[in-house]
Amino acid sequence: MDEARRDTTAQARLAARESYGKLLAILAARTRDVAAAEDALADAFAAALAQWPEDGVPSNPVGWLLTVARRSAGHAAARRQTAERSLAMVQMLEDERNDTASDGFGDDRLKLMFTCTHPAIAADAQAPLMLQTVLGLDATRIAASFLVAPASMGQRLVRAKRRIRDAGIAFAIPEAEDIPVRLSAVLSAIYAAYGTAWDDVAGADPRLAGLAYEAIWLARLTVQLAPEQPEALGLLAMMLHCEARRAARRGPDGNFIPLRDQDVSLWSRDMMAEAEAALRAAARVSQPGRFQTEAAIQSLHAQSRTTGERLHGPLAQLYDVLAGFAPTTGVLVARAVALAENGEANVALSQLDAITGAETYQPWWASRARILWLCGQEAAAREAASRAAALSSDPGIRRFLLAGGYRDGP
Amino acid sequence: MHYMLQFYENPEERGKHKDPAKVEAYFASWNAFIGTLAQSGAMVSGNGLLPPNTATTLRVTNGTPQVVDGPFADNTEMLGGYVILDVADLDAALDWAAKAPCVTAGSVEIRPVLPPPGV
Repeated sequence: MDEARRDTTAQARLAARESYGKLLAILAARTRDVAAAEDALADAFAAALAQWPEDGVPSNPVGWLLTVARRSAGHAAARRQTAERSLAMVQMLEDERNDTASDGFGDDRLKLMFTCTHPAIAADAQAPLMLQTVLGLDATRIAASFLVAPASMGQRLVRAKRRIRDAGIAFAIPEAEDIPVRLSAVLSAIYAAYGTAWDDVAGADPRLAGLAYEAIWLARLTVQLAPEQPEALGLLAMMLHCEARRAARRGPDGNFIPLRDQDVSLWSRDMMAEAEAALRAAARVSQPGRFQTEAAIQSLHAQSRTTGERLHGPLAQLYDVLAGFAPTTGVLVARAVALAENGEANVALSQLDAITGAETYQPWWASRARILWLCGQEAAAREAASRAAALSSDPGIRRFLLAGGYRDGP
Repeated sequence: MHYMLQFYENPEERGKHKDPAKVEAYFASWNAFIGTLAQSGAMVSGNGLLPPNTATTLRVTNGTPQVVDGPFADNTEMLGGYVILDVADLDAALDWAAKAPCVTAGSVEIRPVLPPPGV
């Protein structure tokens, strides 16, 4: 392949990545048939990869792809349906063309995100569906990211798409008064995608490579489409703060490096600056929420490490606020640790004991080790650490816990 | 799209039919709901049903018909009526469902009507 050809192929790939969600949303908006729209889009991308290197990249690559995908959707409909129905389809495509000509692509990807996170779609299908429809990731790749068998992920996605079509779920931005609630489902799905990537602290699992990046991309997109929503900004800020530390989270030998021991010079200044800017923009709206609080906690951690200032008091307070917004097991466990670090280890221990159903939750045992250590209960701390190690699938984390990593304070 | 909204009521709600102190308010709330629905133009058809103890269930097993006194399933929530709506999408159907009197005293099941063949 010569240079020009390679360049054209790269441009086709770029157009695919940048425009996938928009095009899918436009194609599926009327028919609500996501699977048929995906097929049409796949045909269009295949045609682009074949034709563009020969004929050059069209002046409006996205428009070109849309035209070809529509033609393909029309042909498929004609094959499936009677003449009368295809006529209806042609009319519909025409209407659609006029619509999109008038207002451009608008918020089509946001519509798609709202569709994917509609409460009528199974919760465990929402984040995967969003990754597939907005970013065009394939089912196998998504299955790997969520550590689910490809066949069951494939089934989950097919069922969700069938449901959008058959139950008549709209491709629409919800009414203004419903947006905060519905947006929180969009943000939760992005958070779930990022959380899945983050659990692989090591970056050791190649199947998860890139998922964190995709999640951040979706958060940026949400902020771009709904810039006045402080929780969207908060989520983006939180993920960027965490992502900024990726290179510092592991030693060359794969060992886990806790926040307090990370080499701050390895942190991404650009991401931290973007995170801080997003958090400031969110604060101007004066509507605090879960993700903004999580971002503020990460911001304090960053500040504490870069300036050496001890911020245990404010951190414990922020965790109280967070537990008010989202009293999940993970948040309650983290709050207990923050309290223990702030000098109230015994109260923290009773808080931890009060959390039910955490017997097999690894962070509960790891946190227990740290809190027991701070309570001066050495033997019990060691035992909790070994329970935590047994519940971890990550060799680096196991080594850290068994070597007594819970003893050194921040 | 056409949707069927099935209105399910819990035992307490069904009991209002026979409670002289509550029956008037009960039917007033349904009349208001159905009236608004009909006026909106979204309603295709619909009916309320007599109580589940008036139901008869027929099942044919190995050629033998079995007639049973009572409803098909012995749930605590029972079907009390239905409407067929013609609305744009699920969200519009959900908006109507949310206004049904039984939504806080039972549930509303929303099902798309099977389109005619070829569509």
